[in-house]
Amino acid sequence: MKTIISSLLSGLLFGLGLVVSGMTEPDKIKGFLDFFGAWDPSLLFVMVGAIGVHMPSYAYLKKSRHTFDVTTNPAPPKLRIDGKLILGATLFGTGWGLAGYCPGPAIASIASGGDVLVVVFAIVVGIGLHDWAFARKRVVTDVRHREDASTA
Amino acid sequence: MNLSVFLGPLVGGILLGISVTLLYAFEGRVAGISGIVAGLMRPKSSEWPSRVAFILGLVVAGTLAGIAFATPQAQGSTSTIPVLLAAGLLVGFGARLGNGCTSGHGICGISRWNPRSIVATVVFILAGALVVGLVRHGLGGPS
Repeated sequence: MKTIISSLLSGLLFGLGLVVSGMTEPDKIKGFLDFFGAWDPSLLFVMVGAIGVHMPSYAYLKKSRHTFDVTTNPAPPKLRIDGKLILGATLFGTGWGLAGYCPGPAIASIASGGDVLVVVFAIVVGIGLHDWAFARKRVVTDVRHREDASTA
Repeated sequence: MNLSVFLGPLVGGILLGISVTLLYAFEGRVAGISGIVAGLMRPKSSEWPSRVAFILGLVVAGTLAGIAFATPQAQGSTSTIPVLLAAGLLVGFGARLGNGCTSGHGICGISRWNPRSIVATVVFILAGALVVGLVRHGLGGPS
């Protein structure tokens, strides 16, 4: 129950943060990516704010609490920068630049309908396609997924 | 340049930072939206309720905040359906292949000094910049 509440609260804050930061507006994203044109550094400030809070907090939490530390997980975390990472990031970035949406903002904006619904649908299909295609290669357990995601 | 225009982004970013810190503090989880959605699409596990709660919070807050902080929307759609579909497919598939997206790699991974995340973030920003550059300046016409 505690995790449901913390997850709910986290999701609420995330959604609020996305809207307040303006990251739910595709034009703001594309503006940030428009290095050769009228550059909009807003996303940079978002990252500074987010990382500014999380970086020290994570370091502190990791030191003081060992319960959720990923290194206590039996499986070693993925550290290699491999082809899948590069290709994945490239594909992701391409799609991101095309529509100006990534999963968070798209889902947060789902109530506004129209374009966003199409994007969310396609994102879900894209995720499903990948996970279905690679299902047999991965040992998909919750613990393992958490460890993978923890190094993401 | 009026710096106050970056107050929203900064405050929003701080809220995002608090959000992901909360998730880590109470659940040891990386707030990678792509990963959370992917988890929802797998057979139900003990983490399912938490994932649902997060996505629910995301949608509720996004909706309410969207109404409260309503900004002038662009007139109509600026992209065709095929482009939107392609974009979504690339984002979804790419995020899973690369094991993270802007929240997972960009915020959480970088905050943890994870080299994979730093590389991934640089790569997807460059890829996005290339696409925007081509669409806005290379191929001609507004995006």
